[in-house]
Amino acid sequence: MSVALVRFLGSNCDRDCMHVLTHVIESQAVWAWHDDVELPPGTTAVLLPGGFSHGDYLRCGAMAAHRPIMSAVKRFAEAGGPVLGICNGFQILCESGILPGVLLPNRGGDFICKRVGLSMEGGGTGLLRGYAPNEMIELTIAHHDGNYFADDATLRALEQKQQIALRYTELDDRGDAKANGARLGIAGIFGGPGNNVLGLMPHPERQSEARLGGIDGLRLLQELTR
Amino acid sequence: MVSRARVFVTLKAGVLDPQGDAVQESLASLGFDGVHDVRVGKVVDLHFAETSREDAFARLGAMATKLLANPVVENHRIELVEATKGSQ
Repeated sequence: MSVALVRFLGSNCDRDCMHVLTHVIESQAVWAWHDDVELPPGTTAVLLPGGFSHGDYLRCGAMAAHRPIMSAVKRFAEAGGPVLGICNGFQILCESGILPGVLLPNRGGDFICKRVGLSMEGGGTGLLRGYAPNEMIELTIAHHDGNYFADDATLRALEQKQQIALRYTELDDRGDAKANGARLGIAGIFGGPGNNVLGLMPHPERQSEARLGGIDGLRLLQELTR
Repeated sequence: MVSRARVFVTLKAGVLDPQGDAVQESLASLGFDGVHDVRVGKVVDLHFAETSREDAFARLGAMATKLLANPVVENHRIELVEATKGSQ
């Protein structure tokens, strides 16, 4: 059993993720390439890392979403396999239609790189099994397009199906994320037939070692290897 | 028959456009007063093997919804460019 870590042209958090999976958690992980038509044999989970895949051309994740590997990832997700998309990985999951909605440019127009407070609303389920429901944690965000947008009907459906996985704790007076304008403060959502897919903007791999400033992200990546 | 098209991709009404806002602010700082609601979109020019207008519309529509525009937040408009006699 192993985690397939998918590399696109322009992925840049791929090595950080591989480091955490293989050196910190000491689990099995193998590379998959965007041009591959199948996931590596024995794949038990898929990780789409952060970065600027295919130059962010057209829209973030738009090119990556149509690479050959994504057909395999889609089949894997539809069969109930665990899939985690971090930052650009989340954008790719939305562009490919595996998750609903889209990540728009941050409301202020800035690239934001800072640590933010998060409420793990979906704690206890899916890939967030390692967290308590509504547990408060801190992770780093580093993005230009993290402003989650979906129409009202989609947002209502997400709330009803309890698919809002995590929210930013700092909200503006409209209830959107202060940092980037994400609707309802959404930082990550579940999807797939059994909430087996998780996309989120914060970077759990950057808070996975105490000496690097925190381990709040470690339990998420650990869950991926189970 | 057509062999060229231009696809305009624009943000749907109500979708925030930070880029447009920034352009608007810059225009104001350059002294261009009275400009409001600037929205930035994309233009995609395509050349393809000559085909009927109907076929071109159908295929470009599919291209637009599958890749060129994200229907969640963007609209698209297709403009076919007639082949000029001299270029045939």
